[in-house]
Amino acid sequence: MSTANIILMIAASVAVTFFLRILPFFAFSGDRKMPEWLDRLGQALPPAIMAVLIVYCLKDVPYDLKNAAVPKLLGVAATVISYRFKHNSLISLVSGTAVYMLMIRLI
Amino acid sequence: MTGININNIRIGFVRAFPIFFSYVFIGMAYGITMAESGFSWYWSMLISLFVYTGAYQFVLISFLAGGVPILTLIMTALLMNSRQSFYGLTFLKDFNAMGKRRLFMIHSLTDEIYAIDCTLVGMPDEQRRDIMFWLALFGWLFWNLGTLLGGLTGQLLPFNFEGIDFCMTALFVTIFLDQWERIKDHRPAAAGLAVGSICLLLFGPSSFMLPALIIVSLMLLIFDRYKGRAAQNADKKEDRH
Repeated sequence: MSTANIILMIAASVAVTFFLRILPFFAFSGDRKMPEWLDRLGQALPPAIMAVLIVYCLKDVPYDLKNAAVPKLLGVAATVISYRFKHNSLISLVSGTAVYMLMIRLI
Repeated sequence: MTGININNIRIGFVRAFPIFFSYVFIGMAYGITMAESGFSWYWSMLISLFVYTGAYQFVLISFLAGGVPILTLIMTALLMNSRQSFYGLTFLKDFNAMGKRRLFMIHSLTDEIYAIDCTLVGMPDEQRRDIMFWLALFGWLFWNLGTLLGGLTGQLLPFNFEGIDFCMTALFVTIFLDQWERIKDHRPAAAGLAVGSICLLLFGPSSFMLPALIIVSLMLLIFDRYKGRAAQNADKKEDRH
């Protein structure tokens, strides 16, 4: 792989990634005002996106019982239970991650 | 934006801290994998600074090492990162009001930064935007610190950190629970879980994100329309009285 080729591949990756991130800003900047329905959609999206991101993190659960489903579901359970009791996200992060890291070593 | 507010920097750091370990260690894993594929630390840094997307950067390693038609690379980047187009929708007004910081805010809007930005509530817009900038900057620095360490030290990790990336899952779960308690309308959250799971089973793990996000957005628009019409009907009833 030549240096020029590497640079071309990196440049294309930068361009595509930044394009996707700036896309919604392109559509509604300057003279074009953002329609109200889109503003309301943007405000309603966070919980929906968070839910889809959780599914994304657990995407291998239905396909791999031993290595993914058991440790990940136990890790999520630890996160949820500690959050219910302590209401502190840092404590929940640590306990969930600790349970998961322990499980992948034990199972 | 008037100067530098130390208190906001401190809050930004505290808010970004939950992703410190995952960003540093996954960044390290990235730097190490790049080094193992024969790429020096400055290539890894260049990519982490300017591409700055977790999963796609790992796929890019194999493209760089093995070579791939540029169109394939572009299509892969488009499909893997298309979800990021949705994140800006929540912060259009905020980022557009941020002047010189605007482009950096757009560039640095990853899954995790989006999630943390959503937790900033109950403060004046100007302070919230200032904190959003600092926590985005810290997240970007964590990722690049990890990349640099990984690229320079190779496999000198003192401890097996396998599984540390679960903090991201735990982070999304805690934010989801927090939003569930804070936001009365549970339909977006429930729709996200249901549509996400169904799309995962229908489209498979590597390509379900985009259809899931499109379908969920359409559902939210339908909910919104229905709510709007219900409110209008309520108004009409009031008028009649």
